[in-house]
Amino acid sequence: MIDAKRRTLLKGSLGASAVGVAVGAGLLTPGAVLANWPKEAFAAKDTDAALNDLLGTDATESSDKVKIKAPDIAENGAVVPVTVESDVSGAKSISIMAAGNSTPLIASFELGEDAVPFVSTRIKMAETADVIAVVKTDDGLLSAAKPVKVTIGGCGG
Amino acid sequence: MAGNIKIRAKSSNGVTTVKSLMSHEMETGLRKDKKTGEPIPAHFIQEVTAKWNDQVVMKALWSGGVSKNPYLSFKFNGGSEGDTIEITWVDNKGQSETGTAEIS
Repeated sequence: MIDAKRRTLLKGSLGASAVGVAVGAGLLTPGAVLANWPKEAFAAKDTDAALNDLLGTDATESSDKVKIKAPDIAENGAVVPVTVESDVSGAKSISIMAAGNSTPLIASFELGEDAVPFVSTRIKMAETADVIAVVKTDDGLLSAAKPVKVTIGGCGG
Repeated sequence: MAGNIKIRAKSSNGVTTVKSLMSHEMETGLRKDKKTGEPIPAHFIQEVTAKWNDQVVMKALWSGGVSKNPYLSFKFNGGSEGDTIEITWVDNKGQSETGTAEIS
């Protein structure tokens, strides 16, 4: 556990300095760098690493208070409708991941104080896999998973 | 590429539901051009901010894993007819677009 945290910290600071160098070298225009866009989390190759980078932990508790609506079979992996809803109070954010994608983290929604824990969007899925939704609360991370069978993948060329 | 952001917002029983459609290619950077074999550079929306009047109700952080021409729906407590909903996106090239609509 301690090791994992340390690794996250190291990765985080390495990532930050790499971005700094890129900006300094003029590779990126400052306008293209969003201060709080979690580059590391979006580049993570598995769901645990993505959660660690994004939310500081991968300790999730599966909960029926997190509901995912997605098709059982998606004919086109490029457009998979996903709706995530929760009736938990004090939800801070909702994150959506596709476990089978090369970079699983797809989107994270930070909820303002008046926001209802509800988001609906359309995502790309490379292959048949679980869609995972993670809701951040004061008491930790709640998650749910929904398997979606993908007939044609949506990430390849 | 630039189009407008279509927004529809409806208030019912104290909850406002917003539905929006953005116009963006959402290129992951993983695809290759079929003719030349060259990788197609990543070009996707990274951040979407939704405001109710002047208050931020939701901020979305996205990867290229969100589908082309993104659809986004969300809800918030409050909002009445005539209030303004403003949605702004910024992509990885620093381009951005803003759309507004009134709650009906």
